[in-house]
Amino acid sequence: MSQSAVQLPLPGFEQAQGEWRAAYGRQMAGEAPVRNRSGIEVQPLYTPRDWASERYLDDLNFPGQFPYTRGIYPSMHRGRTWTQRQLIGLGTPEDYNQRVRRIIELGASAISLLPCCSGFRGIDCDEVDTVLLGTCGTVINTTDHMDQALDGVPIGEISTAMNDPSPFTLLAFTLGVARRRGVDWSRVTGTSNQSDYISHFIANHQFYRLSLPGSRRVLLDHIEFCRRYVPNWNPVSVVGQHMQQAGATPAETMGFTFSTAIQYAEDCVRRGLDIDDVLRRFTFFFDISISFFEEIAKFRAGRRIWARIARDRLGARDPACWRFKFHGQTSGVDLTQQQPLNNIARVSVQAMAGILSGLQSLHTDAYDEAIATPSEETARVAVATQNILREEARLCDVIDPLGGSYYIERLTDQMEAEIEAVIAKVDAAGGMYKAAEAGLVQTMIGDSALAFQEQVETGVRKVVGVNCYRIDEDPTVPPADRPDLAAMERHVERFKAFKRERSQVAVTRALDDLARAANSEGENTFGKVIDAAEAGVTHGEIVACLRRELGFGHPLVIA
Amino acid sequence: MSTSRPIRVLVTKIGLDGHDRGSRIVAAYLRDAGMEVIYTPPWQTIAGVVKLALEEDVEVIGISSLATDHLIVPKMMAALREARLDHVGVIVGGIVPEEEKPALIAAGVSQVFGPGAGREDIVDCVASLGLQARERRADEFSEASR
Repeated sequence: MSQSAVQLPLPGFEQAQGEWRAAYGRQMAGEAPVRNRSGIEVQPLYTPRDWASERYLDDLNFPGQFPYTRGIYPSMHRGRTWTQRQLIGLGTPEDYNQRVRRIIELGASAISLLPCCSGFRGIDCDEVDTVLLGTCGTVINTTDHMDQALDGVPIGEISTAMNDPSPFTLLAFTLGVARRRGVDWSRVTGTSNQSDYISHFIANHQFYRLSLPGSRRVLLDHIEFCRRYVPNWNPVSVVGQHMQQAGATPAETMGFTFSTAIQYAEDCVRRGLDIDDVLRRFTFFFDISISFFEEIAKFRAGRRIWARIARDRLGARDPACWRFKFHGQTSGVDLTQQQPLNNIARVSVQAMAGILSGLQSLHTDAYDEAIATPSEETARVAVATQNILREEARLCDVIDPLGGSYYIERLTDQMEAEIEAVIAKVDAAGGMYKAAEAGLVQTMIGDSALAFQEQVETGVRKVVGVNCYRIDEDPTVPPADRPDLAAMERHVERFKAFKRERSQVAVTRALDDLARAANSEGENTFGKVIDAAEAGVTHGEIVACLRRELGFGHPLVIA
Repeated sequence: MSTSRPIRVLVTKIGLDGHDRGSRIVAAYLRDAGMEVIYTPPWQTIAGVVKLALEEDVEVIGISSLATDHLIVPKMMAALREARLDHVGVIVGGIVPEEEKPALIAAGVSQVFGPGAGREDIVDCVASLGLQARERRADEFSEASR
């Protein structure tokens, strides 16, 4: 917090302010307090008295300088714009391959891979009703499937973000493909999204597979293995997005995310890993809501808090560890099914908030996101939105353009205090792992979700087309893309044939090795996951084995 | 017919998706409205839902679907019929593309609520389905005992 007693001398300020206050009060008698989503009361006007500019060097400083409030690099978007990273994943590996090759032809230097929900559940395609396969992501269960998905994709030159929760089979398949193609693992770059198992237990039940302690062990194995053998891979992405999507306020989200990062960092140190070596590879992933100024203040405060946590609390000495690198996704929760084209306006505002916050990469939602997995046409509008903001609105011209706004600086300070209060609450509960185990965080998120919904129901919070400005119309959006059922059935048949024809001896041996590693503290499970994947063991078999040895993931708290 | 007993509702998710913000909020709404809510974690099987509906003697089932799990709701409706649970009212809430709604209604789903559906609409719908279910079952009993 940076409210210092020192104030600029401004002769006549108090008198002018008093007159304005009186005039404002006459026009606005009985005005109810206005609060942002984090509960902070927002004033009608901010002035030089709301921000102590004498603390500039301590609290803001220059871009690329501690505590990085204005940006983590000296030139920010003016030097290098954010990465446009749209989530993709649909249908069979062949379907994915077609889409991803088109994206690369259009100049993408980064791709993403979203697996089918069956993969998130830890099961293979032959265990699921075929109509559900590939509707939300690509069906990849083996190294061969990954080879097809990445056919013609230069994996040593392109960065890949994979939604790949523990035990990280997608990365294992990718490393197998790299070995087949003679690509050195040091050239494999990207991020294990969804490696943040705590966020799965507290906020998004979509992704967890193993028990809480099992996930903890497997994440540490993964980090340790990647630091040694896949040095340019980011093994940890701490996910605030889940919490905010589940209903946490922006301030709570940032607080929980940092508490989680602290937990993982301290776990790494306990494992004997070097904090400087590990922390430089931490990345973050957030939701960007339409609460425009609040989001900008959230991220600016986030950079400052993380710099201090990394340096002072975790003791990292390398400035690379102090830099708060984050990916942002425009919030799907703010989008409406009613009058869906309005979502293009919402996404533009959300994306502007993210860009003005100085994010490192961005996914913009398609306008049919509240209705279906985006079609190719709506996804194109989402990408164009980013291009328009960069090329036409020229949001990259000035670094941290809202810095110095009395409001933004005051709000950044206030968000910082709120976020730090959340971190303190989690600390008092014994850290994020214990707080999640005890259900503390889940309860806080559930309460905030309900409170927000109440505000929408009562009209305190307006949503155009939902609780105001409603019109009678049928939502006009392109029909949802569904995978070709016949192609999916063939994919499943080929998978079954593959399982019959592979070396059963090799499979059994690899699974025995994996189970043994899981039961031996000194061994690294991720190395064995890769060996198993290369021996033809499937995703479902790997997860099942680890679930047997380390426990199955169950929700910790129910409404 | 007695209306003194609270309506019993099963709020659940079938299939593969785990996003449960919606189902939790709807469960809280129904509970606040005085109903008895049986709430489950996500990923229930169709057979599991039928079994639970039987054991808990529910009058309404609410299926929450964010990521395409509504596609197997028709199969669940068939399984409910087979288990002689025709009287139970079923609603679906969540993300269901317009063109896929008719298949759910044809399969016997009473109402599909999209994002932005109001609290009162949902509560009223469940309440009336609950009473209908009670009447229908009373009719069945009286026919059976004749």
